[in-house]
Amino acid sequence: MYSAEFEYYRATSVAEAVELMRAHPGAKLLAGGHSLLPQMKLRVSQPAALVDISRAAELSGITLDGEMLRIGATTTHAALAASPVVSEHCAILSEAASLIGDQQVRNRGTIGGSLAHADPAADLPTVIVALGGTLTAASAAGPRDVLAGECFVDLFTTALTEGEVLTRVNVPAYGAGTGGAYAKHRHPASGYAVVGVAAIVTVSDGRCTRARLVVGGAQPNPVSASASEAALEGQPLNEATIAAAAAQVAQALPNPLSDHYASADYRRQLATVLARRALVTAAERAAER
Amino acid sequence: MARYVGTPMKRREDPRFIQGKGNYVANIQLPGMVSLAIKRSIHAHAHIRRIDTSRAKALPGVVGVFTGQDLIDGGVGKLPCGWNVPDIKVPARWPLAVDRARHVGDGLAVVAAESAYIAADALDLIEVDYQPLPVVVDARKATEPGAPLVHDDVPGNVSYTWAIGDKAAMEQGFAAADHVVDLELINQRLIPNALEPRAAAAQWNPFSEEMVLWTTSQNPHPIRLLLSAFTLGIPEHKLRVISPDVGGGFGSKIFHYPEEIITPWVARRLNRPAKWVGTRSEASMTDSQGRDHVTHCRMAVLNDGTITGIHVQTWSNQGAYLSTFAPLIPTALYLTLLSGLYKVSGIYGEMWGTLTNTVPVDAYRGAGRPEAAYLLERLADLAAARVGQDPIEFRRKNFIPKDEFPYQTPVAFAYDSGDYHHLFDRVVEMADYPAMRQAQTQARQQGRLVGIGVAGCIEASGPAPSRVAGALGSAVGFWESGAIRVHPSGKVTAMTGSHAHGQGHETTFAQVVADELGVAFEDVEIVHGDTARVPFGMGSYGSRSAAVGGSALVSSARKIRQKAIKIAAHQLEAADEDMVYDQATGKVYVRGAPDRSKSFAEIALAAYTAHNLPDEVEAGLEETAFYDPANFTFPNSAHIAQVEIDRETGEIALQRYVAVDDVGKVINPMIVHGQLVGGIVQGVGQALWEQAVYDEAGQLLTTNLMEYALPRAREFPAIEHGRIETPSPHNPLGVKGVGEMGTIAATPAVVNAVLDALAPLGVHHLDMPLTPQKVWQAMQAAQA
Amino acid sequence: MRQSVTINVNGQRHTQEVEPRLLLAHFLRERLGLTGTNLGCDTSQCGACTVLLDGQAVKSCTVLAVQADGSSVTTIEGLATNGQLHPLQQAFWDNHALQCGFCTPGMIMAATDLLRRHPDPTEAEIRTGLDGNLCRCTGYENIVKAVRSVAEQSS
Repeated sequence: MYSAEFEYYRATSVAEAVELMRAHPGAKLLAGGHSLLPQMKLRVSQPAALVDISRAAELSGITLDGEMLRIGATTTHAALAASPVVSEHCAILSEAASLIGDQQVRNRGTIGGSLAHADPAADLPTVIVALGGTLTAASAAGPRDVLAGECFVDLFTTALTEGEVLTRVNVPAYGAGTGGAYAKHRHPASGYAVVGVAAIVTVSDGRCTRARLVVGGAQPNPVSASASEAALEGQPLNEATIAAAAAQVAQALPNPLSDHYASADYRRQLATVLARRALVTAAERAAER
Repeated sequence: MARYVGTPMKRREDPRFIQGKGNYVANIQLPGMVSLAIKRSIHAHAHIRRIDTSRAKALPGVVGVFTGQDLIDGGVGKLPCGWNVPDIKVPARWPLAVDRARHVGDGLAVVAAESAYIAADALDLIEVDYQPLPVVVDARKATEPGAPLVHDDVPGNVSYTWAIGDKAAMEQGFAAADHVVDLELINQRLIPNALEPRAAAAQWNPFSEEMVLWTTSQNPHPIRLLLSAFTLGIPEHKLRVISPDVGGGFGSKIFHYPEEIITPWVARRLNRPAKWVGTRSEASMTDSQGRDHVTHCRMAVLNDGTITGIHVQTWSNQGAYLSTFAPLIPTALYLTLLSGLYKVSGIYGEMWGTLTNTVPVDAYRGAGRPEAAYLLERLADLAAARVGQDPIEFRRKNFIPKDEFPYQTPVAFAYDSGDYHHLFDRVVEMADYPAMRQAQTQARQQGRLVGIGVAGCIEASGPAPSRVAGALGSAVGFWESGAIRVHPSGKVTAMTGSHAHGQGHETTFAQVVADELGVAFEDVEIVHGDTARVPFGMGSYGSRSAAVGGSALVSSARKIRQKAIKIAAHQLEAADEDMVYDQATGKVYVRGAPDRSKSFAEIALAAYTAHNLPDEVEAGLEETAFYDPANFTFPNSAHIAQVEIDRETGEIALQRYVAVDDVGKVINPMIVHGQLVGGIVQGVGQALWEQAVYDEAGQLLTTNLMEYALPRAREFPAIEHGRIETPSPHNPLGVKGVGEMGTIAATPAVVNAVLDALAPLGVHHLDMPLTPQKVWQAMQAAQA
Repeated sequence: MRQSVTINVNGQRHTQEVEPRLLLAHFLRERLGLTGTNLGCDTSQCGACTVLLDGQAVKSCTVLAVQADGSSVTTIEGLATNGQLHPLQQAFWDNHALQCGFCTPGMIMAATDLLRRHPDPTEAEIRTGLDGNLCRCTGYENIVKAVRSVAEQSS
């Protein structure tokens, strides 16, 4: 498979990337290329130019900044999965990263690429939304933060605008009594999430003070299961309360995706089951912290 | 006596592969070589009103663009069908479609360019004016009144029909039965997906007017014959076909494909070497696919479990054209296997080979035999349940007893040898089947869905007696050639018409030849896959290489031994009949006087110096044999699988897999084990994941490996494998064939396990692949 | 618009002008003649083209040559040292972990990365760790055995 021709530019800083994107309308950003290059090889995507940001040092790396984890956009899935800081402060992210594709894909694919591509079957958008993260994007107008929950607008569509460079992902570190879990049903061929569910709960004095439950893969974008979240808050987390909350997940999925591998009904079922399983694990982990 | 046969010799092929020095067709690079790319139909059925190649031709770096009409004007012929059952209608198939495309991926034009990148760019510049036509994709619906015609000259889309067995005896068997079990099933279409995509490279020598074609084929000689006699028109003595290292075939690389016509045609036309390398998407849309049966089958049984009748009706999807051996698969390799391991007098099978707007279908690992084994083993489980017997008890009740071999089935085949009771004793013991059932009972009491599946299967392998094949419709014979050239130093080059694309013939055949001649393994080189180096041979498929190709080498080795005896006897001044050929050492000595001897090397040198040969003996030491088997061979197997189903998601975990196979005598147990385990995993693939999915418009939805699920390592436990050996009595090696047995048995074993797990819910059948969604839906329906 | 790239492949520096769209896999195969890196699919699934890029296993069909500029690449041809097979190469041979050989280079390269990260993986970890590589012939069993045997030798 051979992609169409394009021009290639290398940015060594965010400012340079912003300038290159401004100078070349229709250009695409290239980091690991694991979302973009497969589409270009199939000629589904034929950008006139690529701006390679993989060498911009300021875009990589993971730092703990007070209670926020700041993750550079070109951080690979493998780096996320292996990061002690991430597994200490935001373990759901390393768990989800370790379940993406396969080792070779994780070695190249980046968090920024995955989020900006907004594939409904990707794992990280679901988790970042559940974490209540923000995406920092740079443009000629300066940096701005976009709430992850408002970023994933539709299939392969984000709130980032043409020419904006996603530079960083910010997620809050777990507080006391917080645990999370990501559960997915892998597509047997692609390894993508047919359905993936991220659950994060905070427990205080035996009761759930905060619950986040987000479903990916089922709808065109990650969806918060608000009724389930509300059902858990103020409750002790046990088999009965979790099952009751998970049973309400389908309410958040009015119009699931459907294909020959998984119908809308089956996706609802997976979402319900995986929600319960993720919540159970999240509750166990919360109890350990 | 055997020093090498029966031992797990490490493969001599491996050093090149593990160091990245495999010689695959895609690796061939010649000075001035052009890259080819093929424009393919995006519609499953359409009139081609116009193909405008002008913009593509104008692209810098493009050397030529040719349409189907250009090829016809340039002398190419239609691709023939090599298996013609009575009254068959063979639709026209050109290397590139001319005025009508009949499946997605049907070739329309070829681009030759300075690089593969430019060729791909040029494809986008070819404009095709399509007029879409109505589409049919389902084998049975294609025969319904009003179905769109795939070819105007094949009414009702039925290319041929075929039947076998004694219908009256079958009806009698059903009339006498206490119970009848009945099943409508689909044996789904598969994409073979050998990991190496097909490729072809060609070089034309305008001075000698010779063409060399490198092609990813399992059988270079038949391809050369078809190219010479039908499609390309370059005579056989001017056409050299080479199949170097080939990255897996599984049947899909047997057939004659358009690209191996187009590539040499372009090379000659442009007078430049040319190469086409398929992509995975092209492989998905153009490699002949497998299976695709819609079947109605019934089994009649008595209260005591005796099978009295089997009746099968199958609509076999042939795709848009008849691939090279397509009609063989659902006839002589399918309906003839309906007796399975069982002694049943009333068997009748009938089938309709139908044309649809899909990729052509032909042999895929097992080829007809898995389809037969699958329906029989599904019916056996249903019948066992009906009469209240354990699935193994039911099967044992019906096995052909070991003292009845050779056994003539009512559906043509005469089985050579076997001991099915012993086979099942072994697998029951290895698996500890009673303990498995006991654990299952406990699991069920806990509400868990654990299932145990059994399959006992037979394969007809080692095709085939040429006379029988001819009577059944074959256009070719199915013997094999083996030639042995002993060099003056006593080193040996052995040439086989078989072809290896993963099977390890360079090792196993060297074991055979070394033992036959009594020389060192290291002194034997095996040559295959090149029509200029090897006598005409039929290639590899149908698990035939050892039984037919190996036997051919044995035959030629025996001729060498006879000549060696004559030479030694003459030199030692003894009578031929007093000589002993010691196969352990290669020495020929006078009986009773072992020190009066000649070594193999001494005899070889004597044969070439020719200073002192008997009058009737010619110089040289080289023999060729053409071995035509007396019969097929009949490997058989008993497999047990255990699965557990997730009640909430329908996901299936394969927990255990225990298999015992009888593949006759074994040349290299390491390789045999590898073939069986690899085959089992491929068979499980059909049961659980694999399916070529077409939508109603004939679009193939599984054109790449993101959509088409191949088995992965993570899905499998270690496979527990054992063997029994009942030698085939009719070939000199006693071998039966091992390439397909694992695949045949694994599919029903796993499906039976899943349905055994679901039995408490009242689910009795599901069509493959058993995806989590399908299992979940069945559980939902059962509980509703 | 061609770009100059310098890539160290198996210890040798190569500087070449390339089109930006040239894949690393094609750079290795066609520019350098290192045809041990095979291409089996279009969608980064099969792993036959796996090489080490700065020590990490990557699918060279999904990396542009320009992205590898300045990097070191190890292919299957660079794994043996001084004519001595790499332990994984030897183990694949000893354990009959290959049949047609097409997936083998990528499988071995992926296994080197696996053992680098997990020197002593369990059988289950090997099975999931090689998820990025498809083999249609062996059923994986002997591949798992081969990788396990190398882990045992070095532990």
